[in-house]
Amino acid sequence: MSESTDAESSDAEPSTRPLKLQLRGVYKSFGTTTVLDGIDLDVAQGDVITLIGSSGSGKSTLLRCANLLEPIDDGVLLFDGVDIAEPGLDPDPIRRRIGMVFQSFNLFPHMTVTDNVAIGPRKVLGVPKAIARANGLELLTRLGLADRADAYPDQLSGGQQQRVAIARSLAMNPEVMLLDEITSALDPELVGEVLDVVRDLKRDGMTMLFATHEMAFAKEISDRVCFLHQGRILEEGTPDLIFGTPSEPRTQEFLQRVIDAGRL
Amino acid sequence: MTNGPTRRELYERARRRRSNVIATVSTIVVVGALIVLVPMTPGWDRVRQAFFDGDVFVESFPRLLRAFWLDVQILLWSTPLIMIASLLLALVRNTRSPALFPLRALAIIYIDVLRGIPVILLVFLIGFGVPALGLSRGWANPLIWGTVTLVLSYSAYTAEIIRSGIDSVHESQRAAARSLGMTSRQTMSTVILPQAFRRIGPPLMNTFVSLQKDVALVSLIGPVEILRQAGIDKAKYANFTPYVAASIIFLAITIPCTRLADYAMARQRRRTGATTIS
Repeated sequence: MSESTDAESSDAEPSTRPLKLQLRGVYKSFGTTTVLDGIDLDVAQGDVITLIGSSGSGKSTLLRCANLLEPIDDGVLLFDGVDIAEPGLDPDPIRRRIGMVFQSFNLFPHMTVTDNVAIGPRKVLGVPKAIARANGLELLTRLGLADRADAYPDQLSGGQQQRVAIARSLAMNPEVMLLDEITSALDPELVGEVLDVVRDLKRDGMTMLFATHEMAFAKEISDRVCFLHQGRILEEGTPDLIFGTPSEPRTQEFLQRVIDAGRL
Repeated sequence: MTNGPTRRELYERARRRRSNVIATVSTIVVVGALIVLVPMTPGWDRVRQAFFDGDVFVESFPRLLRAFWLDVQILLWSTPLIMIASLLLALVRNTRSPALFPLRALAIIYIDVLRGIPVILLVFLIGFGVPALGLSRGWANPLIWGTVTLVLSYSAYTAEIIRSGIDSVHESQRAAARSLGMTSRQTMSTVILPQAFRRIGPPLMNTFVSLQKDVALVSLIGPVEILRQAGIDKAKYANFTPYVAASIIFLAITIPCTRLADYAMARQRRRTGATTIS
């Protein structure tokens, strides 16, 4: 690799790094509603790719499909070159390698923060309880949550809950993280603390697919931005391209609405 | 801030005082009316002799208490069996696996039929029916078949309660667990069921109290437990006081049970929850 780390975000050649996730002609419908209408997307190791677009454009479904939470109807999903959309494939060994963070946190309310973080390694990887909890505590400390380790999720602020959810996902040492509008349920003043964690993850080289409405952040952090509209990726490119000189009229329209709403 | 009580504290104190006065006055009025009015009814003297005879009470109470031990035993036997059976039923009913379809259909039929028959009828049908099959001596025990009846009937009810608890856990919890790589079985046991059981605490407790009382129905097929003992004593003294005594013994178990459950549930809420709206 020739480019310096700073320049990497803007003009890295995706082909120089191994492809982690490839979507080819992914199609998904709920009943008669088509949600994903032929999605093609390459995610290379270390890529941060944001998915933008209005509600219902298919961002969340795309992430849920990538994690096999929703089976796709047609197309190919390659994870490390292996087709994981193969019907009948056991999804569990794949899911443990892909982290997911949800808009509504989805923490387990009956467990303490530490147990929320330790439960994945304990149950799925068979890590002994004491070790899983110690690792979890270390992770929580890194995310500035050590003092809330024994609290229950309902006793935390939204921002803290979402950071715990990220820690829970990180505890599995995922190769790819799927972030599904992780700041959309937060009060504006709490968004920053969660985005800081995402910045740290990028610095550590985490591969991320990030559906978001935080345009300024998408502009800052993305290697590539995908604009989704009615289940298709209408336009894909560097943040400069998408936010600076979008070629699709629908992208321009969407961004104009975002600007009008004061979100960019 | 002044050091004295705040405006709100003063208001709440006044309100509390007012509610206390109202509660006290209304209690005195109601209880007083009962004490004055009931003895004024024409049959009161006869009722008092027939139901509240102190001597009969003292004499039959220890016997009833001994007989009650049998109820307790049946209860202790059947409760864990009911929990196991109903949990299995609920899980089978919720399964989506096509291989288990026959089992699922059976579970549905089982629940529908056994919930639909009054416990008392079931006690007769099984209590008299099964021993008539001519099983060996050891199996012709009304205790066993009484317990089996209670387990059959109550597991059907309880299975539906557990199922409603499972259904009440939001799908997003399942998604979170599965996204960590947990199997559906691990998801059920570590994420769904613990939350389901916390939610169904009150209805489960209700059913348990109901079971405590229905144990007495086993008396209809023979064993001398408290209800039958009370019947025997009633005949002996030609007096209904043993029934009153038996009721008191039941209450001595059921009321603390309910209170304990309420307390445990409130504690649970305090521990995991943030605040409650008063």
